[in-house]
Amino acid sequence: MANVSASSAREAPPARELTTVDLKNADHLISLPNIHCAACISNVEKGLMAVPGVRNARVNLTRKRAMVEADSGVRIDALLSALERKGYEAYELDPAQLSPGGADRTARDLLMRMGVAGFGMMNVMLLSVAVWSGAEDATRDMFHWISAMIALPVIAFSAQPFFLNAWSALKAGRLNMDVPISLAILLAAGMSLYETARSGEYAYFDAAVALTFFLLAGRYLDFRTRATARSAAQELAALEVPRALKLIGGAEVTVPVAELAPGDLIRVVPGARLPADGEIVAGRSEIDRSLLTGETLPVLGETGSQVTAGEVNLTGLLTIRVTAAGVDSALHRMADLVAVAETARSKYTSLADKAAGLYAPGVHILALLAAIGWWVATGDLRIALNIASAVLIITCPCALGLAVPAVVTAASGRLFRKGMLIKNGTALERLAEVDTVIFDKTGTLTMGAPEPLGLEQLDDHQRGVALALASASAHPLSVSLARSLRAAGVLPADLDDLAECPGDGVSALLDGRTVRLGRAPWIGADPLDQTATYLSMGEGPPIAIAFHDQMRTGAVEVVAGLKAQGKSVILLSGDTDAAVAAVAAQLGLETARANCRPEDKVAEIATLTDAGHRVLMVGDGLNDTAALSAAHVSISPATALDAARVASDIVLLGNDLAPIAEAMETARMSTRRIRENFTISTVYNVLAVPLAIAGLATPLIAALAMSSSSITVSLNSLRLR
Amino acid sequence: MEMLSYLIPISLTLGALGLAGFFWTLKRGQYDDPEGDANRILSPDYDDKPKP
Repeated sequence: MANVSASSAREAPPARELTTVDLKNADHLISLPNIHCAACISNVEKGLMAVPGVRNARVNLTRKRAMVEADSGVRIDALLSALERKGYEAYELDPAQLSPGGADRTARDLLMRMGVAGFGMMNVMLLSVAVWSGAEDATRDMFHWISAMIALPVIAFSAQPFFLNAWSALKAGRLNMDVPISLAILLAAGMSLYETARSGEYAYFDAAVALTFFLLAGRYLDFRTRATARSAAQELAALEVPRALKLIGGAEVTVPVAELAPGDLIRVVPGARLPADGEIVAGRSEIDRSLLTGETLPVLGETGSQVTAGEVNLTGLLTIRVTAAGVDSALHRMADLVAVAETARSKYTSLADKAAGLYAPGVHILALLAAIGWWVATGDLRIALNIASAVLIITCPCALGLAVPAVVTAASGRLFRKGMLIKNGTALERLAEVDTVIFDKTGTLTMGAPEPLGLEQLDDHQRGVALALASASAHPLSVSLARSLRAAGVLPADLDDLAECPGDGVSALLDGRTVRLGRAPWIGADPLDQTATYLSMGEGPPIAIAFHDQMRTGAVEVVAGLKAQGKSVILLSGDTDAAVAAVAAQLGLETARANCRPEDKVAEIATLTDAGHRVLMVGDGLNDTAALSAAHVSISPATALDAARVASDIVLLGNDLAPIAEAMETARMSTRRIRENFTISTVYNVLAVPLAIAGLATPLIAALAMSSSSITVSLNSLRLR
Repeated sequence: MEMLSYLIPISLTLGALGLAGFFWTLKRGQYDDPEGDANRILSPDYDDKPKP
C-alpha cells in the first residue's frame, strides 16, 4: 500500500525504533462520513501527516475511512481534532472490532473467479465466431476441442461457488437459485463435450462460460453491497471504543469495558458516558438520561443514586461501584430484547425471493417436459438431453441474478454518497412502501444540544456576570450559554473567587456579593417546566434562563420534503409537553404526542400497521429501539445508541437529516427498476424459450439471448446512479 | 489453414497475459478503493513524484 521507509526517512527515526513499534497499538482507523472528493483526500492526508509522530496516512474514499500509521505516543484525540479543525467530521474506530481481512479475501476470490471466467468467455466466444460463421468438419471439431480445453477448467474453477451452494441446498432437501444454475452449466458442458467427441454440430461451451461469468458478476455485486453494509455495521459497533477508568488501589487504570466486573470501582469524568450500571459512591453531578428516556432535563446524581450504562455524566467527577457490566447491564439486556423482537418480526419476502420461488421450479419443469416430449417424439435420448440443456441455458437466470444486485448496488452507492448506510438488503424495497413517518424528538429531530432563549431580556451587567460564571464550567448548558453570549459581543464581568460546585452550579464574588449560576433548588428559584439554568445576582429575585434544543440540520427540510411526497409525519417523544409542542410548532407538525413511554410508541406503530399503513420509524434512543424494530422499516442517526443502530435498517452517517426525503425517492425508483428488470428478462425468455423447446436454439441464439438480456438489465440498473 | 496453428496459440498467450495482469492488479489491491483512485488522479499533489 504505502512505502513506509520513504515517509519515515522524513522524520528519520532510528531503524531499530521502527521495528519495535507495536503496530497494533500505533495504528489508528478513523471514520470520515463526509469526505467525497479529491480535495478531501489530500486535505485529510495532509492534515493527518502534519500531526507530529504520524508516519503515514492513507484515505480510502470507497469506505470513507483513513488508516494512520503512527508512533505509539500519538493520541487519537490529536488526530481527530486535527481533522475537525479542517472541517471534517471524524470518529475513532476500534480496529479490533473490524475484521477487514475476511470480507476482502472473499471479495478478491470472487473477483478472481470472475476474471478467469471473463478470460475464458472472451476466448471461447472468439473461437465460436468461426463455428457460427460456418466452419465445418475437422476445423469445427478442432475449434470445439480448443473451446473445451479452455471452458472445462474455467468452469471447474469459476463455477465452484454455485456448485457448493447448490450441493448444500440439495443436501438440506431444498431448491435454490443455484440448483438450476449448476444444472444448466454442468448439463451444457457435459452435453457439449459429448457432442464434440461425436463430431456433433452444436456445442454450448461459450454459453456455459458466459453464464458463469454473468452470474459471477451478479454474485460479486451482491457480495460487495452486503460486505459494505456489514463492515459499516461493524464500523458503527467500533465507533464507541469501550474503555473505563478503573480504580485499582486508588490509582486510575484504563481498562476495556469488557473487563469490568460487579464490585469494581470506576471513575467517570464529566462529559463521559457511563460504561456500566452501578451506584454512586462518591461525587455529585447532573446526569443526562436523554438517550435512554428521551427527557432533556438532566437529573441530579448523588451518593447512593442508581445509574445505568448509557447515561452521560455532565458536571462532577463520579466514583461508581459497578453492579452490572457488559452483557448483564440494563443497556445490553434491552439490546437482547430487541434482538428477540427482531427474529419474531414477520419475515418480509423480497422481490428477488418471490421471483426465485417462481423461477426455480418453473425452469426445471419446463426443461424436463421438453426433454420428455422430445424423447417420446423422436425416441432419441441425445436430442432430448440437448434440448433440455438448451432450455436451461436460454432460461438462464443471469438477468434474474443481476436484476436485484445491480439495482441495490447502484441505489445504495448513491445513498452512501449522500451519507446513508443501508444495513439490510430489503430495506430499500420496504422503504419504497412507506406512507407514514414517525420521528422521535430528542437526538433525532433535535441535536440534544441546548440553546439559550430570551437572552435579550437580561441587561448588560447581568449578561456580563452570566458570561463570566458560565465560562468557568464545562456543563453543556454553561458552555452553550457562554458561546451565545460571546457571539452577542458580551464582555465578561470581573469576578473573584470563581468556584464550581459539582452538580449544583458556579458561584463567585462580585463587589462583595455572592453571584451564582446553577440549578433551581441551589439558587432558590422556582424551577420552570423546561430545561433552564438560574442566575442569582445576590440581590433581587433569581433570573431564569430557559434553553431549547437546537434543531438538527435538515430537520425542517426533511419534514417539508416528506409532506410534499404526501406522507403523514408524526412526532412521538418521551419529553415534556412544552418541549414537544415547541419543536412541533417549529417544524409545522400537526400530530405530536409527548410523554410517550417506549410501549406507547410501539402501540402507536401497531395501531397504524393494523390500519394498513406502512410505518417508517426514525429514532435514536434506547426508548426507541422497540419501536424501531416494530416498524416496517427504520432509520437511526450515527449518534444513536448501539442498540438503536442495531435495530434499524438504515443508518444516517452524517449529522444531516435531509437525505431521508431523498432516500424515499431513491427507494421508489430502485423498486421500479427491479420490476422493470424482471419484465425485461421475462420478455427475453418468452421470446427465446419457444425456440429452445422447438429445437431451433443454435449456440449463436443462446449466446445472443443471454448476453443481451444481462447487458440490458445492467444498463437499466445503472440509470439509477 | 496452418496459419491457425500459430494464431490460436498467439491469441491464447495474449489472453493469458491479460489474465496474469489482472491477477497482478488484484494482488496489489487496486480494486480496494476504486472511488479514491478515481479521485486521486485529479489531485496535483503527486504530479512530480508518486506518493511515498
